[in-house]
Amino acid sequence: MLKTNARRWRHFYLDRLVQIFVYLAVLTVCAVFLWILVDLLRGGFAHLSWNFLIESPRDAGRAGGIGSILVSTMLILLVALGAALPLAWTTAALLAEYVPATSKFGMLVRYSLQVLAGVPSIVFGLFGNAFFSIYLGLGFSILSGGLTLACMLLPILVSTAEAGLRAVPDSYRLSAAALGMTRAATLIRLLLPIAAPALAAGLLLGIGRAVAETAALLFTSGYVDRMPGSLLDSGRALALHIFDLSMNVPGGDVPAYASALVLVAMLLCINIFAMQLVQSWQRRNTILE
Amino acid sequence: MNPNKPVTAQAISSKEGGFTLGPLQMGPACCDPEPVIEVENLSLRYGDKTALDKVTLDIYRGCITALIGPSGCGKTSFLSAINRLTDLIPNCVIGGHIRVDGQDIHTTESNVQALRQKVGMVFQKPTPFPLSIRRNLSLPLCEYGVTRRSEIDAISEQVLRDVGLWDEVCDRLDTTALALSGGQQQRLCIARALTLRPKILLMDEPCSALDPMASGVVEDLISRLQGHYTIVIVTHNLAQARRIANYAAFFWVKERAAGQLIEFGRCQHIFESPTDPLTAAYINGTRG
Repeated sequence: MLKTNARRWRHFYLDRLVQIFVYLAVLTVCAVFLWILVDLLRGGFAHLSWNFLIESPRDAGRAGGIGSILVSTMLILLVALGAALPLAWTTAALLAEYVPATSKFGMLVRYSLQVLAGVPSIVFGLFGNAFFSIYLGLGFSILSGGLTLACMLLPILVSTAEAGLRAVPDSYRLSAAALGMTRAATLIRLLLPIAAPALAAGLLLGIGRAVAETAALLFTSGYVDRMPGSLLDSGRALALHIFDLSMNVPGGDVPAYASALVLVAMLLCINIFAMQLVQSWQRRNTILE
Repeated sequence: MNPNKPVTAQAISSKEGGFTLGPLQMGPACCDPEPVIEVENLSLRYGDKTALDKVTLDIYRGCITALIGPSGCGKTSFLSAINRLTDLIPNCVIGGHIRVDGQDIHTTESNVQALRQKVGMVFQKPTPFPLSIRRNLSLPLCEYGVTRRSEIDAISEQVLRDVGLWDEVCDRLDTTALALSGGQQQRLCIARALTLRPKILLMDEPCSALDPMASGVVEDLISRLQGHYTIVIVTHNLAQARRIANYAAFFWVKERAAGQLIEFGRCQHIFESPTDPLTAAYINGTRG
């Protein structure tokens, strides 16, 4: 009797201990995020203003704002997405619709994308510098930065789009075939619209990744902080601006904090939007079951 | 039918080819013992496994032909061979001939798009696309070159009336088809197949995923389509086959062998005086 009682207590304490440990772990994770956020808010919020968002930086970024930086960031992003999206979605359509899941060719493509996803971004930067800037002669420009980012985004865009297409039940393909729809029409008119939320979620994840990128742009788009006049001009991305202010500019801490706050706010918005999209998509899919 | 020629609203509502289903215009069924699908020595293999062995059978114009038999005896394979959905299955090999309207469908020069326009199919589980009701109906039409909005709307209304769904959905055509009930979804799928003005409808257990009430409605619909379309229906519900079919084909599979056609004949004959003892045993529920 006594023995079973002792065992029961031991189980009780063990249970509690595990519970406390789990909660502590979760708290730590949240605390790290909150700490960063609070630190950024404390260091940079006072410096934020409308003028900060639209003015060009002066005195190496100590004064002025981040207007030209935001424009460069957007241009780099547009180039990257413009190059990566058509390639990625076509590849995904091929992998999901035209190649059997077990085929050697499909495996090879998927494997090379996985390897690409694991390559550190600094390596992409060096590759971009060697290939786009020097070999193709694009120099330090928004174009070569954007194209380098496009290479980086390919794996994430392909894998999300492929997963989205694969999640569309086969019964739709069969019904479409029974209605005499060709494979191409089925893909364009039926499967892509159904998988659209997944494609959009992948796109947003990709944008988040691209906006936050520093190392790949260091050697490709360069760090001229003037307003870019064309895609062949060098342009400084936001993340790079933060890096430069905090590492190379004495007295640049406050604007660095403010810029980082803007960046984190952008990422947060993109992530929340992506999450909403995925959720609405999952809701729609559960109705199907 | 020429596949390039668009299906027009006029053609659908015209007197010869068209019809309006509904309580007022239910005419007597016109089932004509003229073969529209001729199946000759059809064999079907999936890799090494033979699913059907030497089936010879005529399907008559305007009639409802029920395919009955236990699971795994090749009824669904038989059905998908008729509109060449078997093309989509890797390793599926077909022997023998199927002629639809006198044309062999498994030759290289036969046009699969045209065939599937002529031979519609409805599946066991309702499969409306997760799009609006309107889009569900316009999608196949777009594929066959009907692009004018007014034409699409006219055809959509016509087919929805034909399946008795118009009054239920006319005020929510732009909402998702997934919000419909199971029975409504299945009728929408039938309507979607009708948009292309097929001559033949293949139905693979169209009622088995529905509750009894919805199943009754779909069954009524199928029997009202009789005469206007040639219908081949797979069903495990013998009472249903008996109620709606003009002809019945009984398939059977012996252990470790391929599915075979055991007996084919008028429904009454199959159910009341079957010649084969296997059929009799299956009908009476002592086998299968």
